[in-house]
Amino acid sequence: MSEYKVIFKTVGLISLLGLIFAISLSIVFENSYPIIEKNKSDFKKKLLDQILLGVDYNNNILESFIEIEANELLKNKHPSKAYIAKKDGQLKAVLIESIAPDGYSGEIFILTAIDENAEIIGSRIIDHKETPGLGDYIDQKKSDWILNFNQMSLAKTYDQNWRVIKDQGTFDYKAGATITPRAVIKSVKNTLTFFNNHRDLFND
Amino acid sequence: MIKDQFHDGMWKQNAGLIQLLGLCPTLAVTVNVTNGFALGVATIFVMILSNISISPIRQLVPEAARVPIFILVIAGLVTIVDLSINALSRPLYDALGIFIPLIVTNCIVLARVEAFASKNPILPSFYDGLFMGLGLTLVLIILGAMREMIGNGTLFQNLHFLIGDDYKFLTIQLFNSDHGFLLAALPPGAFIALSSLILFMNWINQKQKK
Repeated sequence: MSEYKVIFKTVGLISLLGLIFAISLSIVFENSYPIIEKNKSDFKKKLLDQILLGVDYNNNILESFIEIEANELLKNKHPSKAYIAKKDGQLKAVLIESIAPDGYSGEIFILTAIDENAEIIGSRIIDHKETPGLGDYIDQKKSDWILNFNQMSLAKTYDQNWRVIKDQGTFDYKAGATITPRAVIKSVKNTLTFFNNHRDLFND
Repeated sequence: MIKDQFHDGMWKQNAGLIQLLGLCPTLAVTVNVTNGFALGVATIFVMILSNISISPIRQLVPEAARVPIFILVIAGLVTIVDLSINALSRPLYDALGIFIPLIVTNCIVLARVEAFASKNPILPSFYDGLFMGLGLTLVLIILGAMREMIGNGTLFQNLHFLIGDDYKFLTIQLFNSDHGFLLAALPPGAFIALSSLILFMNWINQKQKK
C-alpha cells in the first residue's frame, strides 16, 4: 500500500510542478515573444541598411523578399530569403545570402548586395567561426578587407582578379590565413554568377 | 550563519575553483568580462530561484524521484531566463548562445539543490544560491578579464550590449588587438587561466595554514 502511496505522491508532485511551470512559461513567452520578434527584425534591418549604405530605396525591405531554393552556387541547404530594395517600384538592389562551406573552421555566412547593373554594392560576413586574430579579418569588426568587394562585377573584373595576391589575384590577405579569404571570394563570386543566371527571379 | 555561507560560496567551497563544477560554461564563455558577468548573473538568478523553490517542498519530494523533480524545476527556470535575456538584449543572447540553455546541465545548480536546498529551510537556501552564484560569477569575471586583456588587449568589450549603446566608452583598449596573445582567447587559454587561478588560491590557502 505504502508503495502505491509513494508513486501517487511522486506523480502528483511532478504533474503539479509541470503545470506550474507550463503556466509561468506561457506567461513569460506571451510577454517576451513580441519583443524578441521585434529585436530580430530591427537587427536584420540594421544589418541590411549597413550594407545598403548610400542606396536610395523606399520600400519596406523586410517584407520584400523572394525565397531561393537550395542550390549549388549559394550552397544554402534550406530555402533562403533574398531581400529586394526598390525605389518607386524600380529595382535598386538585391541582397543575397550565401554560404562558404570551405572556410578554415566551419561555414562562413555571407550577405552580398548587388545593384541593378550586377555590380556589388557591398558584402558582409554575418557569421563565422574562423580563428580569432588570424582568419577573422574578413569580419568588418576586425578589418576593412571585406570592402574590397565594393564595385566589383563579373563583367568588369577579370576572372583572375577574383583571387588573393598569392594566387596572382588582386585580393590582399594575411599570411597564414589564405584559406578563409579564398573561401569568401569564391562564394561572393558564385553569388554574382547566381544573380546573373537568375535575373528574371528578381524582376517582378 | 550568513557569514559562513558567504565564506563558503566565495572562497572555501567556491564553485569555480574548489568544487570545479560547471566547468563547461566557465571555460567556454569567458573570452571577455561581459560574457562571464552575464552568464554569472544568469546562473545566480537560476540558483537562487531553484534553491528557494525546492526548499519549501523538500519534505514532499520522494527520495527516489528527486533528480527528475529538481531538473524539472531547474529547466523551467532556465527557459524563463533564456527567453528574458533574448528579449532584453539580442546581441548578448547571440554572444552567450547555447550556454544559457546549458545552465540546466550545469552541475553546480543541481549540486546545490541536492546538497543544500533539499535539506535546509528557505532563507539559508536563498543565501546559499546567492553566494555560490556570486562566487562562480567572480571567477567568471576574473577569468574573462585575464583572457580578454591578454588575448585581445581590451577590458569590458561589448559591455554596451548589457547597458545600452551610450556606454560604448567603457571599453578600455590596453594595446592594439593585433598584438594580442591569441592562445589566451582560445580554449587552451581558458584551461591555463583557470589552473593559474587554482594555483594562486591554493598558494594563499597554504600560506594561511603555516
